[in-house]
Amino acid sequence: MTKNIDYISKKEFIEKLESYRKGSITRRHFLNVTGLGAAAAVMGASVPGLRPQPAFAGDIGDRVVLATWPNYHDPANFDAFTEATGAHVQVNVFGSNEEMLAKLQAGATGWDVYVPTNYTFEDYVKEDLIEPLDVSQLPNYEATAFDARYAEAGSVNGKLYGVPKNWGSTGMAINTKHNGGNAISSWREFFDITMDKFSGRTIVHDYQLTTIGSALNSFGYSFNSVDEKELADAEKLLIDVKPHLFAITSDYQPGMRNGDAWLTICWSGDGKQLNSDMPEIAYVLGKEGGEIWSDYWAIPKSSDRKAAAYALINFMLDPNVNVKEVLAHGYPTADSRTYNQLPDDLKSDPIIFPAQELLSPLEFGAAVTLTDPNRAELMARFKSA
Amino acid sequence: MTQRARNWLLLAPAGIWFLVMLIIPLTVVFIFSFGERAPSGGVVLALTVEQYANLPARWAAFKNTMTLAPIGTLSALLIAYPLAYFLAVKADPRWKTILLVLVIVPFWTSILIRSYAWIFLLGGRGIPALLEWVGIEGLRLINTPFAVLVGIIYGYLPLMVFPIFVSLDKLDKRLLEASSDLGAKPWKTFLQVTLPLSIPGIATGCMLVFILLMGEYLIPALLGGGKVFFVGNALVDLFLQSRNWAYGSAVAVTLVVVMLIIVTIYMRLISRLGANREDVSIM
Repeated sequence: MTKNIDYISKKEFIEKLESYRKGSITRRHFLNVTGLGAAAAVMGASVPGLRPQPAFAGDIGDRVVLATWPNYHDPANFDAFTEATGAHVQVNVFGSNEEMLAKLQAGATGWDVYVPTNYTFEDYVKEDLIEPLDVSQLPNYEATAFDARYAEAGSVNGKLYGVPKNWGSTGMAINTKHNGGNAISSWREFFDITMDKFSGRTIVHDYQLTTIGSALNSFGYSFNSVDEKELADAEKLLIDVKPHLFAITSDYQPGMRNGDAWLTICWSGDGKQLNSDMPEIAYVLGKEGGEIWSDYWAIPKSSDRKAAAYALINFMLDPNVNVKEVLAHGYPTADSRTYNQLPDDLKSDPIIFPAQELLSPLEFGAAVTLTDPNRAELMARFKSA
Repeated sequence: MTQRARNWLLLAPAGIWFLVMLIIPLTVVFIFSFGERAPSGGVVLALTVEQYANLPARWAAFKNTMTLAPIGTLSALLIAYPLAYFLAVKADPRWKTILLVLVIVPFWTSILIRSYAWIFLLGGRGIPALLEWVGIEGLRLINTPFAVLVGIIYGYLPLMVFPIFVSLDKLDKRLLEASSDLGAKPWKTFLQVTLPLSIPGIATGCMLVFILLMGEYLIPALLGGGKVFFVGNALVDLFLQSRNWAYGSAVAVTLVVVMLIIVTIYMRLISRLGANREDVSIM
């Protein structure tokens, strides 16, 4: 936290906003539902009087625009960056990778840094929307410090386009109170219990990747399948399940918290937050598989403040900064330097860092899964059924 | 400057607005609708009717919209009319302004926030919990078409109240006295004098609400839990999720055409009902 009183009121406002979001509005979701992602751009550097003076004369300009997910940063780190460089961090919060890609495809976003997920890189490179990274401008990036599993999608055709930010898994959260104190352990059980004693209490994501992926997993198929017969099985299951669902939404924390919903497809960070506040909610991975994902720092080609973009990414890669990020959002890091600095209870947390044998059946989402028109149409038929 | 030139000059701002904000975007959407989806999303220009041939895949969305939009409009009318009548005819003139402001007050907050509030009101710890207290158990309100209807009525009520209020407010009270003097009972006066004279207001209010409802997507997404799917929701998904701009454009063009047809039929009906067509203004 900085002591700069010039902009204390703005900082307080941002903190209030962050805490308001926490617990009620979660990663990727709310904004996705409302389509108001762009409108939620908050921390504007538009009032010169509120802008802090640079601590030293930097030449990276007076601001940098970051497109990211909700609840994914420690705002104090942005303040520290501003203090060090004079560049103000303007944050745009988004709902989904699809939305980010759609905005970049439409052109002229004004973003300098964004945080795409592993399966989007091929498309960004194909569409020529992403800047190859010049590692000489990222002295804090140490390739060997990163677990390759969470770093490799950042390179396409041997060129580096993204450096790892955080990773996580997609599993399920269950309120064990309603199941005799027991969790469940597979996607098969997830759909079976939904059509039985959890009828009207289950949430699936408003997101084709995870909802169709989970249905595919329950048959033992790949999370990424685009096979017509397998997708037909998944569709039949989803349409049978639909009358038993509480909701199709990626904003599942409110429903789980107020007790209306008992079971949901869940990202690990949300699982951690729910479990911390309500220990009866367990976060589990499906034994058939599921999704594992990794987000990256990247620069869109259209950025006209590239020096500032590199400066921000480099700043966030500093393990001393990154450790504060992880403590704030609860998503695991692939950077061993940062991991080593984390408190022991976090390192051994089964939600944040699940055991390797639970992780091994999980799959990374594939580029083809993201863009497959059949999956998109399946989702539309499921939602309108 | 001639009168003619002056007229054109005065029309220019509205004309440019019309061109930039309506004609050009609609043309772009129309052109896109004959294109194809690019492999990783977006649109490739082409000349194919494939997207229109695919429209049946969104039939359910049109069906939901065409069901809930008229029901929502009629429900809003049934609730708004007595309120507008009270405000225009019965309310003490000293209170009228304050009461009217109270009708507008909800507009000071975003519809997003207000709809979000309804999630909590209709959720398990809201109204159902109260009903449980008086013995009605197991009632599920949130994420049902009923919840969407409640949200629609709540959100659009002021838009219905005001046009009706205006038409009732300028109603000549002497007509009511005359009707009474000639021996008509109050309900007959209402049916034969008040109601026909307020038809322009009803027509305007219904049209305003109906047109906006046809494009609604926020209320079904929030209060329908994603299970109630409107054309608006289909459009958002097509543009922001599957990024199929060509198909999305075809759906959008179809929605515009459907709306034009309905509004045309509606205007005919209204004018046949005897209302003066010039009185029915959309804005």
